[in-house]
Amino acid sequence: MFPVIFPIILAVVLFSLGVVGVLLRKNAIVILMSLELMFNAANLVFITFANYHQNLDGQVFIIFVMVTAAAEVAVGLALIVDIFRSKKSISIDEMHSLKG
Amino acid sequence: MTPGLLIFILLGIIAVASAVAMLLSRNTIYSALFLVLNFLSIAVIYLVLGAPFIALSQIAVYAGAIMVLVLFVIMLLGTHQLDPHEPLKWQRPLAIVLAIALIVQGVYALVNRYGFKATTFAANPELVDPQSLGMVLFQKYSLPFEVTSVILLVAAIGAVVLTQKQKKDGGA
Repeated sequence: MFPVIFPIILAVVLFSLGVVGVLLRKNAIVILMSLELMFNAANLVFITFANYHQNLDGQVFIIFVMVTAAAEVAVGLALIVDIFRSKKSISIDEMHSLKG
Repeated sequence: MTPGLLIFILLGIIAVASAVAMLLSRNTIYSALFLVLNFLSIAVIYLVLGAPFIALSQIAVYAGAIMVLVLFVIMLLGTHQLDPHEPLKWQRPLAIVLAIALIVQGVYALVNRYGFKATTFAANPELVDPQSLGMVLFQKYSLPFEVTSVILLVAAIGAVVLTQKQKKDGGA
């Protein structure tokens, strides 16, 4: 079929795009979505090596990663909603003070 | 060129293009929809790699539940068009250069390690079956499974507490 390196290279590219999103965008929701992109790149590596080594453990870990990502998005979006209520903005430039 | 490779290349192009479009679009709703497209193409890649159960849970959990939550918050806050601050002038080229360096470094290390030997991602029935996945999950990884349930509970409580506290303060 095809070399094991191809999905891994795709995962590296997607992860780097996620890093660029976290570094460049100011919108907190877009930064959360870039984090999701990086989670997905990690999942792609898990799947690829799980099937490369003919082993189910990688697929089980993806379930854990999905649960953690769901928890992270729930808490992160709750934080964003809370910050938006006090700052009227979700630009991360506005989030430089700890007190509301 | 096998059909699997052809499908993989097409899906990879869609995934990378939608990720770039997500980063570049000014409207947050478009970003979220491009990310849904990215998740769907990655789910089909999982199918090509021989993991149908994970592919379908990717569609249900990521492209379904998580992105609906994100879209809901975007529309709730009404912030889909405000992105007033441009990044600093020197940040954009620096970030792109660093990202390319990261890609080159990762690809170099992986090519050194694994080379270009073709492998078959055969649909081994033992690995495709959700039943065997469940056996591994609930026997070998039963303790981590319980811990993730605690994580979900804490996240649910945290989300409720974070969004409720402000209301109480504002009302008083």
